[in-house]
Amino acid sequence: MRRALLAVLAVLVLALFSVSLLIGPAGLAPAEALLALIRGDALAETLVMREIRLPRALLAVLVGAALGLAGAAMQGYLRNPLAEPGLIGVSGSAALGAVIALQTGFAAAHMLALPFAALAGAVLAVLIILALAGPRGGSITLILAGIAVSALAGALTALVLNLSPNPFAAAEIVFWMMGSLQDRSMTHVWIAAPFIALGGAVLLLQGRKFDALTLGEDAAASMGVHLGRLRLALVLGVASMVGAATAVAGAIGFVGLVVPHILRPFVGARPSALLPASALGGAALVLMADIAVRVILPTRDLKLGVLTAIVGAPLFFHLIYKTRMQGQL
Amino acid sequence: MGWPAITRRLCAGAVVCLALSWGEATLAQPPERVVSINLCTDQLAMMLAAPGQLVSISRISHDPNMSVMLEEAKRYPTNLGQAEEVFRLEPDLVLAVSFSSPYTVGLLRRLGVEVAQLPLANSLDEIPQNIREIGRLLGREVQAEELAAQFKSDLARLRGAQPETRRAALHYANNYTSGVNSMAHEILTAAGFENVAAEAGLSGGGVLAMERLVMLMPDLIISGQPYPGTSRSEEVLHHPAMKALRENHASGALSDAEWVCGTPAVLRAIARLIALHDGS
Amino acid sequence: MTGLELKDFSVARGPCDVLRDIELSVEQGECLGLLGPNGAGKTTLMRAALGLMPHRGESSLANLPLKERAKTVAWLPQTREIAWPVNVETLIALGRLPHLAPGAKPGAQDQAAIDRAIERMGLESFRPRIATQLSGGEQARVLIARALAQETPVLMVDEPAAGLDPAHQITLMETLSAQARSGHTVIASMHDLGLAARFCTRLVVLWQGGIAADGPPAHVLTPELLAKVFHIRAHIELGEDGPIVQPVGVI
Repeated sequence: MRRALLAVLAVLVLALFSVSLLIGPAGLAPAEALLALIRGDALAETLVMREIRLPRALLAVLVGAALGLAGAAMQGYLRNPLAEPGLIGVSGSAALGAVIALQTGFAAAHMLALPFAALAGAVLAVLIILALAGPRGGSITLILAGIAVSALAGALTALVLNLSPNPFAAAEIVFWMMGSLQDRSMTHVWIAAPFIALGGAVLLLQGRKFDALTLGEDAAASMGVHLGRLRLALVLGVASMVGAATAVAGAIGFVGLVVPHILRPFVGARPSALLPASALGGAALVLMADIAVRVILPTRDLKLGVLTAIVGAPLFFHLIYKTRMQGQL
Repeated sequence: MGWPAITRRLCAGAVVCLALSWGEATLAQPPERVVSINLCTDQLAMMLAAPGQLVSISRISHDPNMSVMLEEAKRYPTNLGQAEEVFRLEPDLVLAVSFSSPYTVGLLRRLGVEVAQLPLANSLDEIPQNIREIGRLLGREVQAEELAAQFKSDLARLRGAQPETRRAALHYANNYTSGVNSMAHEILTAAGFENVAAEAGLSGGGVLAMERLVMLMPDLIISGQPYPGTSRSEEVLHHPAMKALRENHASGALSDAEWVCGTPAVLRAIARLIALHDGS
Repeated sequence: MTGLELKDFSVARGPCDVLRDIELSVEQGECLGLLGPNGAGKTTLMRAALGLMPHRGESSLANLPLKERAKTVAWLPQTREIAWPVNVETLIALGRLPHLAPGAKPGAQDQAAIDRAIERMGLESFRPRIATQLSGGEQARVLIARALAQETPVLMVDEPAAGLDPAHQITLMETLSAQARSGHTVIASMHDLGLAARFCTRLVVLWQGGIAADGPPAHVLTPELLAKVFHIRAHIELGEDGPIVQPVGVI
């Protein structure tokens, strides 16, 4: 069952990846596009495929996997299906870190300054959320803490952008709060990939500990789970993935909420099985969203977060309602 | 300023509006205190105004990146184009453009200030008209006629010098570019370049996806000038695809403040483009 | 082999000691009932002995390395938490986590342990059911099965009988005492004096931060102790099935 699900998701990601490569305003025929990508002998076509479409599709996979996996991991740790990096302000704080690095010029001086600054912002947010929501992550405290962190991060991001001497910067709050993969480059892939891979490895290794946490902190601790180490791994893993993803693509919400929620029944609700499935599911969802924004409004830079929110918010309402019905809110 | 002063202004405004509604009728008296709240009207006003007539220009004219007449502009105090501060300058004429904030313009008019809105020049041939219009508003018709004639003959001389046709693309932040019916397009064609955005069917300003721009393979890429600080919008200017295109196929150039306004400054932009043409 | 050894063991909550200088040694084969009024420190004693909260003095279990401890003692907390809608078998299988090598899947041995635990708690028909949709009592049994599946020499359970119907209370206590007879150490906190008297081999009564009584049920559950510690009167009689204690009134 679990193997089959992962296989289906992998095939889906592969198919969407190919579609993503074949969609674009240049109007290349599929065969022509693939030849240009592989052979690289026609200058314009090859530039379009290798420098514009390939990084875009790769980033959709990386960013989606990061958000899906980070969401599943946070939910596993807090045992709360409402925990999502975007909703609780982790992405927003990562965006703040990224914006500060960009506007102070650190990002231009050192290539790693951008992802590290975003990571630092995300770490701060996760720590605040964990401190405020407590180890069990009660829904009300979690959501309230998330609102506060999101609002503050959003306001400070707007402030930094408004203080920028660059006339375009102030208008880019939309990008940082909604996310987009328009005109990204391989540079962005190289910036984000190591952090996302590292964070992903850290989180995937915690699967069994999240399983044990199903029985509560005490039972998990008695079964050999070092809670302090698990928390550290969670903070660093989530911050590394969400930080890197946000640094290059802006804050894309709801991916970490929608994907685990849809996939949970297929893995028998086991947190460990949900982790790899959510990574693949997240990649598929962001690829789909990024294909959709190009199909719906090909000439405008429609933000990814707009689509994910349209899908995700109703689901969020449903989850809140369900949580209340179960008397947990 | 007390109520009587405001009332007087309101009455004056009513008379002026009445006068303007007669069409081409010139003002009986040239305005004595002129405030310009737009970069482009700043330039024309500075070229045409009588000494002391122009009391304030827009802040942006002091920006070295945006101003083509920086030295000249530094002699004038600046404004941020907000109704309150403009009103306090007690102008008898405010120069704005057609796309100036309608709130600011409306508010100033309600306060009895005369606001003239210059239409946006989308072609080189409209520039003399704009020069004459500012001249008429300032009561400096003779100087305006002189400037317009000078512009026409300079332009004719540059146009005559155009060599064979090569293809150029304008590439600004956010992949913004200019197609037909835009000043930038006119500057390009006057300098003997074909505008690839026009090939792509673009009219006026608009976005041309980087993919399409690359596919059009221009021989010259004229990028928007970089502003201080960083922005995601400007990242496209240094995108690896654009860099590779410049390295392997096209030559590069920067557009700057001279491209922005429909004023005689565009002649310098054309001249520099022609030099680029000849040089390459 | 000793199941649990506490020496000079104290636990502080804030500035006050909740438990002071506890000396306790629980042997293999004992079924120890931990009694005491609310707030006497039963849960605290067990959690601290496991090393789940700060303490002073020695605890043989808390001294063990984390992995070793998880193979030595299974702990069933009082709060019955099941965070996700997993099925019963998956939940019980969590008890095998301490025995799995990193990255390894549960093997035949693990499956056998899971099956044994399911059988002992009579949960055969519940295997595919979603644990969160079960009744409170059913959930309690599933969670006990999880602890049994861990197959550790020591089993520590916090009020396992709470919320169970009489038949399941008795079945559970029989399971626990059978576990002890087969050579395990069982430590269970309880409120039901009757069940404790009937099924435990040894009772320890916590009172005012120390051990008020320690010994076989018949020795511990005296009218004097019940009056002093619990403020109750009880009907006490030695029946065929062991001591029978029935509280009859409050003093």
